[in-house]
Amino acid sequence: MNFALSEQQAELQSSLSRMIEEVCNLRAVHAHIDGAAGFNAQLWEKLVEFGAAGTCIGTEHGGLGLEMIDLALIAEVLGYHAAPVPFLGQALAGIVIARAGSGAQKSKWLPKLASGEVLATVALGEGGTVWLPEQWTMPAGKPAGVKSNVPNAMDAALFVVGLAGGELGLAEAGASGVMISPLDGVDRTRRLGELRFDGASVELLPQGKEQSAALRDAALVLLAADAFGGARRCVDLAVNYAKEREQFGVKIASFQALRHQLANMAIETEPMRGLYWYAAHAYDHIPDRSPYAAALAKAHLADRYQQVARDCVEAHGGIGYTWEYDAHIFLKRALFDFAWMGAPAVHRARVADLSGW
Amino acid sequence: MDLAYGAAYAAFRDEVKAFLKANWPSKDTPKGSPAEALAGVPRVERERAFRTKAVEAGYLYRNVPRRYGGSEQAPDPLRADIIREEFFRAGAPLEVPGNGVSMLVPTLLERGAEWQRERFIPKTLSGEHQWAQGYSEPGSGSDLASLRTKGELRDGQWVVNGQKIWTSFAYRCQYIFVLVRTEPEKPKHEGISYLLMDLKQPGITIRPLKQMTGQSEFCEVFFDNAVTPADWIVGERGQGWSVSRSTLKHERGFIAGAERQAATFGSLVGLARRCTKNGKPAIEDPDVRQRLAAILGYIESFRYSSFRQLSMNLRGQDAGIFNFMTKIAGSNTNQDMAKLARDLLGDDLLLAPPAGQDRDDVKGKRRGNEQWVAQYMSSLALSIAGGTSNIQRNIVAERGLGLPRSV
Repeated sequence: MNFALSEQQAELQSSLSRMIEEVCNLRAVHAHIDGAAGFNAQLWEKLVEFGAAGTCIGTEHGGLGLEMIDLALIAEVLGYHAAPVPFLGQALAGIVIARAGSGAQKSKWLPKLASGEVLATVALGEGGTVWLPEQWTMPAGKPAGVKSNVPNAMDAALFVVGLAGGELGLAEAGASGVMISPLDGVDRTRRLGELRFDGASVELLPQGKEQSAALRDAALVLLAADAFGGARRCVDLAVNYAKEREQFGVKIASFQALRHQLANMAIETEPMRGLYWYAAHAYDHIPDRSPYAAALAKAHLADRYQQVARDCVEAHGGIGYTWEYDAHIFLKRALFDFAWMGAPAVHRARVADLSGW
Repeated sequence: MDLAYGAAYAAFRDEVKAFLKANWPSKDTPKGSPAEALAGVPRVERERAFRTKAVEAGYLYRNVPRRYGGSEQAPDPLRADIIREEFFRAGAPLEVPGNGVSMLVPTLLERGAEWQRERFIPKTLSGEHQWAQGYSEPGSGSDLASLRTKGELRDGQWVVNGQKIWTSFAYRCQYIFVLVRTEPEKPKHEGISYLLMDLKQPGITIRPLKQMTGQSEFCEVFFDNAVTPADWIVGERGQGWSVSRSTLKHERGFIAGAERQAATFGSLVGLARRCTKNGKPAIEDPDVRQRLAAILGYIESFRYSSFRQLSMNLRGQDAGIFNFMTKIAGSNTNQDMAKLARDLLGDDLLLAPPAGQDRDDVKGKRRGNEQWVAQYMSSLALSIAGGTSNIQRNIVAERGLGLPRSV
């Protein structure tokens, strides 16, 4: 048994973290959320150089040819830094085109996705908590209707669209019959938009029906990984603040009530690492356990991240509730992780079914 | 990453399974095997005979030298976990439970005199000698180092006066290892000595305390001019605090905690199948399913983080803050399970927990849902015994998060 990171994986995380700290620290994230740009282009360029746009795309198509665990380790670091980049959509689009696309589709798109030349995303939700393949209603033949809560919709050139019957199709921005408009999302580090289809044609991915469940699981794993990174950052923010802030003439870290709150946050957070690793590992190596592991990981980590982010605000006092301070950035990313692809309750119900209860 | 144990360990697992099949009675015990001969033997002798074989085979007391009755195996946490898993699955006895094996033996191996090891370890491993732990006092709980039970060297022997409390199973133990204050003029941590004492003597009175479950596992122990020979001290005078904290670099059960949680969770799912809610099996109720899945999130998190901890340990790496939170994470999950069981039980929550002196006394008697009433209470003991959850939070805060020491 070896359920630990390799030296390369550990180095991947630490070098990525150093790079983001240099290029886009939390000051820069604040500037981003107050600005109009869809993402931080400088950081995204560095991430593409790093290979983050094609981590799971095969080397024959210009990707790194790595596994879900490696991608999830990247997602954790991005979550830790609240990185305002179009990673989620790009990663998922690449994974699913690689799994479900025809030879021609793969050759056409994957190299461009891996190189960052084309920005892609996934259009899965339809509003009203419709997220999952078996819930999709948009007709495959002649798509009409709305796909909502699409990450980085305004900047993407290519969309992987979830269709009725669990099918998947490709649509390009600028094609006739596709209207793209922004949504005013709560998490300004991951902007959302809406796609309105009216007579557009989509190009089906031949294996879409077979692979849409894997797309779902990949999304759930990446959200769980992001949640772990974010929750870890919330603990760090609150701990560091407690070591600096003075009241009653002493550091507030000396007050046992606060120390216990901080300990509880850590006790919620740290063990979750194993669960998201397992879900990422199962995705590639234990496929029959992947739906269960991904659902449980998303439900547990997104739920707990949301609580730890709230605790982080409370541990700071008034400063934690301001727009200027960092805590709300993570609280809002926690809301994204909580609701996107379905709330924890949805996935806990799936866990119950998958457990044979 | 790889979650499989690998071929060498798969072969080892097969070896352990074959050993168990041949030596521990089960429903498919082979004819003419040692296991068949043991089937009718009373439990105590059956377990003792089995353990002797298991030590010979190298499965128990792996870190204890052969000359003291151990099996002296090279440290290998993976093998240790396979042994625990397979013994647990077969219902076969592992090492003798209790403070003697888990605390005194490692302490003697690290800090004891040679004659003490030879005299005390073999009979402790065999279960002949059971040891009580004399640490807590009525005035010294979390602040253990403030203890006041007094030890004085008079006429070539220690004379002990004072009182210990929460001393589990003292009524069935022959000996006690006890922390006493021998240097009252020194700072509190430096004035303590670690003594070994015979419990069966006129100067010692044991009074069982009845717990909320109705069982009486823990006791008060009164010392009234109780005596022990001058050389029944482990380490030097005044070193008792560090002796009591000595830990041996031995295999830890990394996965054992996760397995126990998973076993309790399996029983909880069984309870949800048996109980009804709104006229249907409770397991079909959406709220019950949500709560089970929420608990499962904690259990699977703990399980795979334990695998990570084990893997890192095998490579000589430090698993970091997770090392400090395994106790409290486990007791939190047990409390969550207790609360769900409470809500499932319906009228059975009104049943008294099973009656008896202690858990072994209750074992083997027919048990229904009242065992969950006992679990509802005993899950509380988990967050108190061996360092309360608030003390665990202090440890996480100080050693895990690096917060400056308070108070």
